[in-house]
Order: sequence, then C-alpha cells, then structure tokens
Amino acid sequence: MVIFLDWFSVLLLMGAAAGLLVLRNWRWSLILLAAIYLGVFWLVSRHWPVGMAAVKLVTGWMAAAVLGISQMNAPAEDTFEPAWPEGRAFRLLVAGLAVAVTAAIAPAVTGWLGVVPAPAAWGGALLISLGVAHLGMTARPMRVALGLLTLLAGFETVYAFLEGSILVTALLAGINLGLALVGAYFIHAPEPEVET
Amino acid sequence: MNAPVIWILLPLAAAFLIWFVRSSNLQAWLAGCISLALALLAWMLPLDTVLTLGSLSLKVATTLDVLGRRFLLANADMPLLAIIYATTAAWLVVSDAAGTARRLAPVGLAVTALLVAAQAVEPFLYASLLIELAILLTIPLLMIKGKPAGRGLLRFLILQTLALPFILFSGWLLAGIEASPSDLVLVQQTAILLGLGFTLLLSIFPFSSWIPMLAEETPVYKAGFIFWLLPTSALLFGLGFMDHYAWIREAPELAVILQAIGAVMIVSGGVWAAFQRHLGRLLGFSVMAEIGLSLLALSLGNQAGIELFILMLIPRSLGLALWAFSISALETVQPSLRFSAVKGMARTHPLASAGIVLASLSLTGFPLLAGFPVRQALWAQLAAQSPAIAALLLAGTLGLVAGAVRTLAVLVAAPGRTTWETRETLPQRITLGLGLGILFLMGSFPQWTAPLLARLPGLFEHLGR
Repeated sequence: MVIFLDWFSVLLLMGAAAGLLVLRNWRWSLILLAAIYLGVFWLVSRHWPVGMAAVKLVTGWMAAAVLGISQMNAPAEDTFEPAWPEGRAFRLLVAGLAVAVTAAIAPAVTGWLGVVPAPAAWGGALLISLGVAHLGMTARPMRVALGLLTLLAGFETVYAFLEGSILVTALLAGINLGLALVGAYFIHAPEPEVET
Repeated sequence: MNAPVIWILLPLAAAFLIWFVRSSNLQAWLAGCISLALALLAWMLPLDTVLTLGSLSLKVATTLDVLGRRFLLANADMPLLAIIYATTAAWLVVSDAAGTARRLAPVGLAVTALLVAAQAVEPFLYASLLIELAILLTIPLLMIKGKPAGRGLLRFLILQTLALPFILFSGWLLAGIEASPSDLVLVQQTAILLGLGFTLLLSIFPFSSWIPMLAEETPVYKAGFIFWLLPTSALLFGLGFMDHYAWIREAPELAVILQAIGAVMIVSGGVWAAFQRHLGRLLGFSVMAEIGLSLLALSLGNQAGIELFILMLIPRSLGLALWAFSISALETVQPSLRFSAVKGMARTHPLASAGIVLASLSLTGFPLLAGFPVRQALWAQLAAQSPAIAALLLAGTLGLVAGAVRTLAVLVAAPGRTTWETRETLPQRITLGLGLGILFLMGSFPQWTAPLLARLPGLFEHLGR
C-alpha cells in the first residue's frame, strides 16, 4: 500500500508539474504548485520524521499562498509569451519531452545516488526536468518564480535522502519563501513590454 | 559574546532597523559607520582572549551553534572580514551622494552579513545556501520602482539559483571521495557537478551574459556593489573547496582549467568592451575580465597566487566603486548611458568623467593607478609560467584599454565653444576627489598593503603553503 502511495505521489508530481507548464491560469498554477509540495511531503516523509517533512509542505504552501495573495491584488496577468510558440499543444509536447528525458535518466540517478529510493529519484528528476523546461519557456517574472520553485522542490526531494541537517532544511525553507517573495515582488512590478 | 553575533547577527539587525530610517543620508551614514566599526573591530579585536577594561573582563568566543551546526569566525578570518566590511563601508557611506542609499544602505549591509555568514558556516558547503539567500535579498535592490523586472535580472536569478543544486550535490559526492579516493568515476562525476556549479555561480562564460545586461538595466552604483560582493564571495567559497579537498588542490589539471577559463573571461570581456557603446555595459564587461583575472591569480597555485588574489580585492573594489559612482553622477542628469547621450559631458561633469576614465584604466592595470602594482606582479608570475596565457591577458587588457580610451573620446567630444563647468554636487565632488586621490596613492605606494599581507597566511589551512 505504501509503495503504491509512493508511486501515486510520483504521478501526482508529474501531473502537477506538467500542468504548471501547460496551464497559464494563475489560480490553477498555484493549486498545482500546492499539489507538488504535497507529493514532495509524502516522498520525503518516507525517510524523514513527519514533523521534519511537514516543513517542506508548510513552506511550499506558504510560498503558494504568498504568490496567490499577491496575484489577487495585482492587475490581470497577461499570459502572452512574446518569444516562444504560444500554443498549449506545444507546451504539452515540451512537457512530454521532459518526462521522456526523465524516464531515460531516472534509473541512472537511482543507481548513482544509491540511498535514494526509486520513487523519490523519479519524482525529483521529474520536477527538475519540468522546472528547467518551464524556465526555458518563459520570460514572465511570475512564471520564472514558479519554475524555480518547481526545480528546487525536485532537488529537495532527492537531497532530503542525502542530507538530514536541520540547518539545511531551515535554509532551504528560507530560500523557498524568499523565492515566493521575489515572485510576489515581480507580480507587483508592471509586466514587461511585449515585443511583437 | 561571540564573533558570529558581532559580525553576522548585529549587522543583520542593524540593516533591519536602518530600513525604517526615513532620511536616506542618515541611512547611508549609519550603514557606512556600522560597517567601518565592524572592520576596525575585525582588525583590532583579538578573539578567544580575555580583555580587561577596568573591572570588566570580556572574552569574544569564535563559535555560535545554530540548529546543530556551527558558525565559526577565528582570528585567521579577521583580516578578510576587515577588508570586506571596510570596502562595504566605503560603498555604503557615499551611496546617498550616488542617489541610491534608500535601499542600498540596509540591503547592502544585510547582504554583506549573509556573505560573511557564508564564510563562517560549517560544514562550509552550506555556504551556497547562504549565498543564495543573499542573492534573493538583492533582487528588490536591483529592481527599479514602477518598472518590470529586466531580462538581465531574471537571468541573474535563474543562473545563480541553478548553481545551488549542483554545488550541494557535489558536496555530498565529495564526502564519498574522502571515503574512497581511488574511485575515479566518482571523482569525475563530482568534478563535473562542481565545475558546473561554480561556472554558474561565478558567471563564467557563457553564463556571464547577465552581468552587462544588469549593468544596463539597473542603476549602475547598485549593480556595481553586487558585481564586487557576489563574485568575491563566490571566489572565496571556491577557495574553501580547494583548501579543504587535497584531490582538487593537487589535481594537475586544475591550473590548466583555471588558466583556460580565466583567459576566456578576460578575452571575452576585453573584446566586448572594445566595441561597447554603453557606459554601464562597459563596466559589466570589465567585471567579467576581473573574474577571469582572479582565476588566473589562483591558477598560479602558489602562495604568491593567493596573496595576489587577496591583494586584488582592494584596488578592484576601489576601481569599481569609483567607476560606478562616477557613472551615477552622470546618471542623475542623463538617464541614458549610451555614448550618443553622454557625448561631451566631460565639459559639465569633469570630475565624474575623470573618475570613469581613470577607474576603468586602473582596472586595466594602468601605471600609477591602484590596479597597477598587483597586475604587474601577476603579469610577471604568469609570463614565467605560461607566456601564451600572458599574451591572452595582454589581448584582453588591450580591449579594456580601448574601451576606456573610447569612453574618454566620447566624454570630451563637445562642440568647441562649450564652456567648462562643474555641475557635480558638493558631496559628489568630495567623493570623486577622494576616490581619485586614493586611486593615485595606492598606485604610488603599494607597500601600504604590507600589514595586510603579514596577517594573511592563517586564512587558509593548506592553500599557498
């Protein structure tokens, strides 16, 4: 049952991170971000005490809340991406490619890092690859923050199995919140000029 | 009382309080004076020694335990701390005259404290987390109110954040190498990850594009402060790796790699600078070359290399500060820094124009200026080790000189009948006069840095011995 839940978390992470890449509605984006942290919490709690793992969940949800509150008070988000193909189908294709890349490298990551179980390695690698894809496809500051949070969530999923220091956990929580605050700061700045 | 409280927590608390001070002039003075006091304390206060003041006895301990790990600032770290806080004081105290004190004074002090924490944390690998926190803190500083985040700023945030996972992963692998040093595959994997992490963190070509972009998008004085502090901290972090791990320090390929990367940075910076038409971007390309120069100093692999690396920090900071301040003096009257917009401004802003040209020349190692003595020593050492690299250094330097000469030509190119006047404000004139004076004094009397050299050997346990 627990193994099933582990792999279900991986599916959740894949769906949420891919959805974050594909969808442009900010409410859906933040719900998906919150779902990512739920998956990360489950995978990390397999190795860490629940109390420590909950730090990831609470921090992640706080980050999503910070971005949500800022977005609520901001002018409507312009979803047009000036420099990239616009279509949802294209973003879906990129998400598919990122998942395919992960499928190719995740077994190697599992073998390489040894102590990291397969679901955590898969989940982490998925988030990292989809986060990088996200960063590569946007020039919107808010989405840059979302991409970086996704990428860091993936890194933290794997790194939790390698390093259990409380100080590192606290500093990573600070970095996540800092990124969310930077994202909030970006949201309140005017949107960049669109080059057509 | 202990050292991390004095040099990390106190400035962080002070920065928080300074944020709420209304007068930007007072903010600048407070932040500058606190930094200077911390620099003086670092230079004079002995740690782990009982000091008696009348009936009071005081002992400053070296460690502070936080969440099961510790922050350690020992006597050996103090000269470096003195340099860092003294330079920060110089940057911050004149920030009001540069028109940037409102955010730079508190944020600059806090960022400096976080980067000092990065030098103090043990295990030292965690420094990358503190550097990332410092980077996040700089983002509001680098954004202009009412304007969107620029592409340079976004690239800066993305590339610097990407460095974090690479460095932390490689840190975990390094522990494995310590256990089985003969595992060559592991060594290779670790070296690749570590190399990628530092390539991003140090903004090595091709990840350096954000530097000139940021210098173009944001007020140059703020960008200059970041250009001085972050690469310095990243380089010191890299030195920590070299000092801690013998296999990195003793790898025969290390010098070759550092020389190649250093040469690429200097040549690319120099070539771009030679054809540049924007004062801010020109400073950015010079910063790229400076990072390369530091790597070349480290590539020497001996004590002289480490000494040159540390000694370069002072003239570099002075040159960058004067250059950025001079540009900011022009920026207050001419927001565009393109050559076409600042043409002939030497007639109205002669001191600022002199500051721009002389500071840029100082960073190329021009004789009689602050950068010359250290550069000259580096030239001599490099030429003895690798004439080819010295030739590339010459090529890059010529590009930077060309940029400085073109700047001079543009600044003085005013119609013949334009009269000479000085439109800089009084604080700007005083700052520029002092800066120019120190630039010449340091170039003429380099022996003044001798006391610093005498206290440096304890800074690293293994490097340069």
